[in-house]
Amino acid sequence: MIAIINYNAGNITSVARALENIGQKYVITDDEKKLASATHVIFPGVGAAGEAMAYLREKKLDSALKNLFASGKPVMGICLGTQIILEHSEENDSACIGLIAGSTRRFPEKLSFGGQALKIPHMGWNSVTFRREHPVFAKIAKEAEFYFVHSYYPAPADEAVVLGTTDYGIKFCSVLTKDNLVAMQFHPEKSGRPGLQILKNFCAWRGK
Amino acid sequence: MISKRIIPCLDVRAGKLTKGIKFKGNVDIGDPVEAARQYYEQGADEIVFYDITASSDKRDIMIDVVRRVAETIFIPFSVGGGVRNLEDMRKVIGAGAEKVSVNSAAVENPRIITQGAKAFGSQCIVLGMDVKKVEKSEKTPSGYEIVVEGGRIYTGIDALWWAKEAQNLGAGEICLNSIDADGTQDGYEIKLTRLISENVKIPVIASGGAGKPEHLAEVLTAGKADAALIASMVHYKTYIIAGIKQFLTEREIKVRNIW
Repeated sequence: MIAIINYNAGNITSVARALENIGQKYVITDDEKKLASATHVIFPGVGAAGEAMAYLREKKLDSALKNLFASGKPVMGICLGTQIILEHSEENDSACIGLIAGSTRRFPEKLSFGGQALKIPHMGWNSVTFRREHPVFAKIAKEAEFYFVHSYYPAPADEAVVLGTTDYGIKFCSVLTKDNLVAMQFHPEKSGRPGLQILKNFCAWRGK
Repeated sequence: MISKRIIPCLDVRAGKLTKGIKFKGNVDIGDPVEAARQYYEQGADEIVFYDITASSDKRDIMIDVVRRVAETIFIPFSVGGGVRNLEDMRKVIGAGAEKVSVNSAAVENPRIITQGAKAFGSQCIVLGMDVKKVEKSEKTPSGYEIVVEGGRIYTGIDALWWAKEAQNLGAGEICLNSIDADGTQDGYEIKLTRLISENVKIPVIASGGAGKPEHLAEVLTAGKADAALIASMVHYKTYIIAGIKQFLTEREIKVRNIW
């Protein structure tokens, strides 16, 4: 059973629909016991870091997430869920969960590519350059693109956790991994077949 | 680098497509869920639904459509038309749409943009703008005016001012529809699109006038649009999305080619 952490941060329906499509049973919950009994945990999210952290703390889900990570269970972060596993976010100047050293930064104001000014949010389809192979990203074509929508990006302190990067005027870390954690800035649940493949791979992953 | 998005637009009335969509073998599809599935499989990057249901009592049919679309396609989609308040937004997003688009409701009550952005995040709130070319005047210095009711009512609001204002209020994206170009299939309003896109930071979807792939190439380069809305040119099977994308790729416009 896959557990989707429910923390009032939107877009949980989309993740649930995608899991249904690939035939996975899931539970949407904020109950630590249910999370602990799941085989895999997905930490999704859309919205602002400040509000999300306040809610997580109130429900003690920040410490729950730390425990889940420490237990060795496969954990997936998506979008805001990826940003707030770092130590700090520039969004609302928020202290975050800190599973990964580093911070979440805002895109610089004047981004451009080929002479054209780039918009913020970074909204749309973009590719990921993977630095090495990883079971969760198996069977994904090199040219595959994923759906992004964000104004802040994860900037982990340790380069070793960077699994993939994306170019949007600057090169940023779009996929990171450490032990049983894999986290991405884009939305696999909205990235067509390649995205569903990632979710499938994750559900089959043992976290090692 | 980011790809330009190609977005088919489906008009829905009381749960049915207003015009059938022709697919392979000239099959006519009146079911918006099935049409969305076909476009998803053919490489659409996103889908826009416009609910043009006149009576409010039939609006809930659209919510059911949204729910079924969300179970069927795994790309973003937005819903516009008839979204009047926060409660309407909550229904649409709760049913599984990524974005809601507000148009005349935002003209009447601009605060709905801020309220929506606060409740769901800016990325969920699209400002739909219907625009007509007018004489430059003190009221409309850009030479473009916001119209509502399908272009029948001039609001006296300058289009460029409104785009910037909506951005400040918290809109995450603008869907810019030229009423002059709409339905002509003669090409997008390039000057208008460029004017708006160069003056806001948020992404702009160009709408109105698409008739052939050249039109998309033009609006995505000279018009500086981030995405292009298409309707008749694919609904009547004159073109397929993969063919349009191939054309754009040959013109060195980056689009998503694997799906």
